[in-house]
Amino acid sequence: MTTEKRLISLSVNGELQAKIVEPRMSLADFLRIELELTGTHVGCESGVCGACTVNINGQTARACTILAVQVEGDEVTTIEGASESGEFRDLQDAFHARNALQCGFCTPGMLMMSAELLTQNSKPCRQEIREYLSGNYCRCTGYEAIVDAVETVAQTRNARVGEQDD
Amino acid sequence: MKPAPFDYVKPASLEEALELRRRHGAESAILAGGQSLVPDFNQRLRSTETVIDINGLSALSSIEESQDMISLGAISRYREIETSALVAEHAPLLKMAIPEIGSPAIRNRGTIGGSVSMADPGAELPACLCALGANFELARAGSKRMIAAQNFFTGRYETALDNDEILTRIDVPKNRVGFRSAFHEIARRKTGYAMCGVAAHGKVTHQSVQNLKMVFFGTDDTPMLAVNTISVIEGCAINDVPPAELDAALSEDLHPSDDTHGSAKLRMHYAKVLTRRVLAQFVSAHGEE
Repeated sequence: MTTEKRLISLSVNGELQAKIVEPRMSLADFLRIELELTGTHVGCESGVCGACTVNINGQTARACTILAVQVEGDEVTTIEGASESGEFRDLQDAFHARNALQCGFCTPGMLMMSAELLTQNSKPCRQEIREYLSGNYCRCTGYEAIVDAVETVAQTRNARVGEQDD
Repeated sequence: MKPAPFDYVKPASLEEALELRRRHGAESAILAGGQSLVPDFNQRLRSTETVIDINGLSALSSIEESQDMISLGAISRYREIETSALVAEHAPLLKMAIPEIGSPAIRNRGTIGGSVSMADPGAELPACLCALGANFELARAGSKRMIAAQNFFTGRYETALDNDEILTRIDVPKNRVGFRSAFHEIARRKTGYAMCGVAAHGKVTHQSVQNLKMVFFGTDDTPMLAVNTISVIEGCAINDVPPAELDAALSEDLHPSDDTHGSAKLRMHYAKVLTRRVLAQFVSAHGEE
């Protein structure tokens, strides 16, 4: 069966993109193949592992469970865009400092989720961090270091806010 | 690319969507949140000729209140339901259940109508909606019908929705005075697939529970109203439900099977544990007043 390709236009990391795609192409494949943004990793392709997590219009989403044709007109931010803007440089530094990554496959998704958690809850307890990240698999670290890193960033950000209030 | 090829249409109105559904029927699939449908495509568990994307139908995304009920549009997202003040006040059972569904990234996209239409036997919301006595609006070109939640789920991933219909709205009766809700599930991770879960709703006094609806999921092909268990609980003082009778009733009500996630015996054990948690929650909820 042949299907009609479609022209889609959207913003990715602040840049307007227009491409012709097959309807069955996932957003994850679109980012990786069409735009060569390979920081969005493809693991399970069924929404379970979290490696492909991106941000769409300000909310995290699984790029493997969304068709590229669905994000017409949307604003997508990937790990490349977030790294370049430095919006969660402190999280990246904390992951590095605490060895919260080994192979790095899960890290983009972990960072996207952690960043969203800290915008919604500035003082998460360890249990809340674990629950928020429970849909993201890491097969290297055993998670402890990841939870440490996110907790450290939350505490550092709060201390900074405290200083500003003084 | 993993999925088999399909065409994609995004109608701008419900009328247009229903016309597409009438024309394509069994050869079409409705795309709402896509959090189960797209994985099914990726794994080629499912294929279709035409995907009808209903995310452009803003009429299906509202959460509204009328005198006796709240009405949730079929594409209300889990995240919207979780944070809705109307839901928190009038249907707290839904608010209790949603944190157990998938990762927050899934809850940003997944919809109540999608969960209901998919009819996954491990899904939380179908059981909650049966316990609450919800009704679903099913539309087809030129007509609509209402169906009670407990009549909608007909089998594993099977529902009463016809191939030319779209689920458009879910009506949930408002919580009445003295009624309490409880929700518990056991999964390997917080947001993982439930091995066994229960949604309960009933009128709780210091003596007993009445008008109880207790619906299990993850144990049977469809959400399972535990009729024998309910009658045991309703027939006793709330603090004095005989454990042996309770367990015997659960064994009659539920029909779990073995699979890779756990044995039938394990699931039945979980059902017994969860039933006790529900009763304990009802007792303590009443104590708070």
